[in-house]
Amino acid sequence: MKTTLSIPKKGAMGKTGSWRVFRPIFDKEKCIKCWRCWIFCPEAAIARNEFPLIDYEYCKGCGVCANECPTKAIKMRREEK
Amino acid sequence: MIIIDTANHIAALAAKLSRPQVIAAYPITPQTTIVERLAEYVEQGELKAEYIRVESEHSAMTACISASATGARTFTATSAHGLLLMHEMLHWAGLARLPIVMVNVNRAIGPGWSIWSDCNDSMSQRDTGWLQFYCSSNQEVLDTVIQAYMVGEHKDVYLPVMINYDGFILSHTSMPVDVPSQEEVDKILPPYEPPWKLDVENPMTHGNIIGPDYYMEVRYDMHQSMEKAKKVIEQVDKKWKQNFGREYGLIEKYKCDDADYIFVAMAAIGAEAREAVDRLRNKGERVGLARLRVFRPFPKEELQKIAENAGLIVIDRDISIGMGGAVFSEIKANVEGEVYSFIAGLGGRDVTYKDIERMYELAKEKKDGWYSIEVK
Repeated sequence: MKTTLSIPKKGAMGKTGSWRVFRPIFDKEKCIKCWRCWIFCPEAAIARNEFPLIDYEYCKGCGVCANECPTKAIKMRREEK
Repeated sequence: MIIIDTANHIAALAAKLSRPQVIAAYPITPQTTIVERLAEYVEQGELKAEYIRVESEHSAMTACISASATGARTFTATSAHGLLLMHEMLHWAGLARLPIVMVNVNRAIGPGWSIWSDCNDSMSQRDTGWLQFYCSSNQEVLDTVIQAYMVGEHKDVYLPVMINYDGFILSHTSMPVDVPSQEEVDKILPPYEPPWKLDVENPMTHGNIIGPDYYMEVRYDMHQSMEKAKKVIEQVDKKWKQNFGREYGLIEKYKCDDADYIFVAMAAIGAEAREAVDRLRNKGERVGLARLRVFRPFPKEELQKIAENAGLIVIDRDISIGMGGAVFSEIKANVEGEVYSFIAGLGGRDVTYKDIERMYELAKEKKDGWYSIEVK
């Protein structure tokens, strides 16, 4: 029987971090560990560590985490060439 | 146990005996009494199933697809415009290889608004990858609904199954039916074992993008499974006979052996044609009947054999506008020799054994066409 199933796998599309134009910068002094960034990250590129841990190999720099952060602990900064 | 009830109540009882885990329900005449009866079973605790009252038939099919994708056994029922609204999701169910079982009570399409029987609703869904059965008695409805799970869930098939029968002519007519016990059904219909399922413990997605390099293989596999379904239907039929003494086959053949002409018809007209055959035989005419019980997969090999020594008189209770009868067209594509086509009974117009006898007389004069409108 043939049908279309996809099993999730880390990095199936390659290192998508190279797509990034804006880089999320995390400031743990402002972080209240509400985990909204972790919940909203559409690429599951934020891990739950002691603090949120951004995986820059796969983060595309969409900025959803920075937008959702209630204490502005994540800021987006243009990547340098 | 023999009971007397309508085809709709019998279909609901057959569904209950098949132990569906999820039922999606949306009312439409003449199907409604099926899902009403199932609601009573669930309400009274006789059937342990999730009963979802959806907001449309498109949603009904989507609910069945989602439930079936988690590995649940599902059931729903519809008619006419409801079936047409499901069209997109019927394709989805087929391509996702989900053995959903659905009763479609055949009803003509509007406008003009009609609630009476014809097969244009299901005929226009013939390319969606669903098996299609057409029943001619309430007993056959009961047997076929349960068999549908046995066939659809078979590892060589994994396709959805649609059971069709005529609105009102069967749906609201009471007939005696021999009903097997729950234990007897459990013995031949084990729980569904899905080939894949959505599972939070083992995450995956289904229906993701598929490029031109794989898509054709998926379709080809569906087509192969549909072909294999012919054998599975026959195996299930044999098992049914061993357990309950009744068998149907892909085609019910009646007095075909020495026949010069053989009627090909489906559903209630198929039952009526049996009467016409008996009456014509009494007059010395050598006629027979091949009642097409399974339309998808199309039993072309068997029809070719039937047509070897006899002319065929095909009665279509459907019309492919701009072409002709759908059953006739498919037979013509597969059979050499004399084939006559009658379009009859659209919108619930009565087709009696007398009409069928008249078709035979016309075919002998090499005439066919729209019965009671234009025959030449």
